[in-house]
Amino acid sequence: MPMSYTLQFINLLAALLLLIVFAMLSQRRILSLINLFAWQGFVLALSTFVVAYTTAQHHLYYSAALTLLLKVLVLPWLLHRLIRKLNVKWDVETLINIPTTMLVGIALVIFAFNLADPITQLAQGITRGLIGIALASVLLSLLMMLTRRKAISQVVAFLSLENGLFFAATSATQGMPLVVELGIALDVLVATFIFGIFFFQIRETFDSLDLTHMEKLKDD
Amino acid sequence: MDNPEQILAILFQLTQLMLVVLLAPLLTGWVNQCQAWLQNRSGAGILQPYRVLHKLFLKDAVMAYNASWLFNVTPYIVFGCMWLAAAIIPIIAVDLPFSQAADVIALVGVFALARVFIALAAMDIGTSFGTMGARREMLVSFLAEPALLMVLFTSSMISHSTQLPRIVEALAHHEFVLYPSLAFAALAFLIVLLAENARIPVDNPGTHLELTMIHEAMILEYSARHLALIEWASSLKLFAYISIGIALFFPHGIVEVGNWAGLPLAIFLLLLKLLTAGAGLAVLESLMAKMRIFRAPEFLGTAFLLAVLGLLIHFLLGA
Repeated sequence: MPMSYTLQFINLLAALLLLIVFAMLSQRRILSLINLFAWQGFVLALSTFVVAYTTAQHHLYYSAALTLLLKVLVLPWLLHRLIRKLNVKWDVETLINIPTTMLVGIALVIFAFNLADPITQLAQGITRGLIGIALASVLLSLLMMLTRRKAISQVVAFLSLENGLFFAATSATQGMPLVVELGIALDVLVATFIFGIFFFQIRETFDSLDLTHMEKLKDD
Repeated sequence: MDNPEQILAILFQLTQLMLVVLLAPLLTGWVNQCQAWLQNRSGAGILQPYRVLHKLFLKDAVMAYNASWLFNVTPYIVFGCMWLAAAIIPIIAVDLPFSQAADVIALVGVFALARVFIALAAMDIGTSFGTMGARREMLVSFLAEPALLMVLFTSSMISHSTQLPRIVEALAHHEFVLYPSLAFAALAFLIVLLAENARIPVDNPGTHLELTMIHEAMILEYSARHLALIEWASSLKLFAYISIGIALFFPHGIVEVGNWAGLPLAIFLLLLKLLTAGAGLAVLESLMAKMRIFRAPEFLGTAFLLAVLGLLIHFLLGA
């Protein structure tokens, strides 16, 4: 079954995206987590660019450029600055140990691939096999949000979830209208700023970024 | 036997056998030399493994007092297994007579046979080091083997055959296709290669520190020609693993049997790939730190996971 090289290339990038999410899932250090997030953004921008080139949709070029600017440069820089200010370079503690998390991750990938199968039949785009991968990376990011204790790694997981959704949008529906994309990009940027302020507030109140301390807030 | 094609095939097989057994120490020497350069040492030269082998073959063998016949025959079995493995893998040409004897699963079995014997021999002496090394080796290999099998299955799914020559043909002699699943498999294979050949993140071939050694602990009691055979077998194993990697992921340039004209180019490309792989291995080892033995399951679990992911991606994308 001969496929065009661009399609093969997009498939490869999709596989890389999944690989990066798994790497993030297994990563113990916050610093490497942020670097991996930047790489994820880079792969995303590249795949958006390739989809834009193959389908000749010019607005996708803008969204690729926006992804590159925001998710590879600005957000990682913001996060780096945050962890420098908060002085949290220590290893991430996970709620479930890492090998178990990876096994759960594999189960999630199988689940996502099966779930995406009927949707794939409906999709019209050139890159329909990729919905499964996008869904898997969304679910894996969700898993990461659940298993991490530290607020920063949860935020990175949230941003990676957004990356997965973005990938689903470009690969399945060949991009949303530019206005929507600009709105989402702005939302993510603002969310990161607000999270940053939250981090400081959490640390002021609890002397730690460990969110388990928040459980003390409830009435008994 | 009078069929000229068969004679030609056997000639190719013999060429490969001799080439592999003579080149294997050179590869080890090259990796060590690259590491020496990276660590700002001048190094012993790439011919050093030959000198070591020569020295060891000239010495008188010393046997432990309570060693059984098992201890005595193990070096020959291990060396034989590794040489056989190197004969099965299409290194310079596909469709060699030996390659019909075993597919990839049997190949993994050949490696396992050698491992079982070396572990038994290590326990045979009854020293605490030997037993400890054998147990650790079994721990590492029982985690590495399923990952290796999954990697091989991914390649087999693509080429619809578990025969290595078919896999090479499907990848090298057809139109170039990008396989995302193979990217995962390659990464998993790299981890397995490091673990199975006692390289740095899992084991350190250069150390005799009691707390960290795995492979070296098993062969502590061997001396002279036995040690030489085991060292040579280790070089052959590294060569065989790198050759499997080349056959699975970079098979371009491996010729068909009977193609004498293509042979010089095939050998040249092989040498080039081996040089690159050896240098890459040295860089990788210099960059990484030896991990605690209890981290090894996680490391190898990652390999298994990557291989399974490769398989899943193959099912999803059909590539």
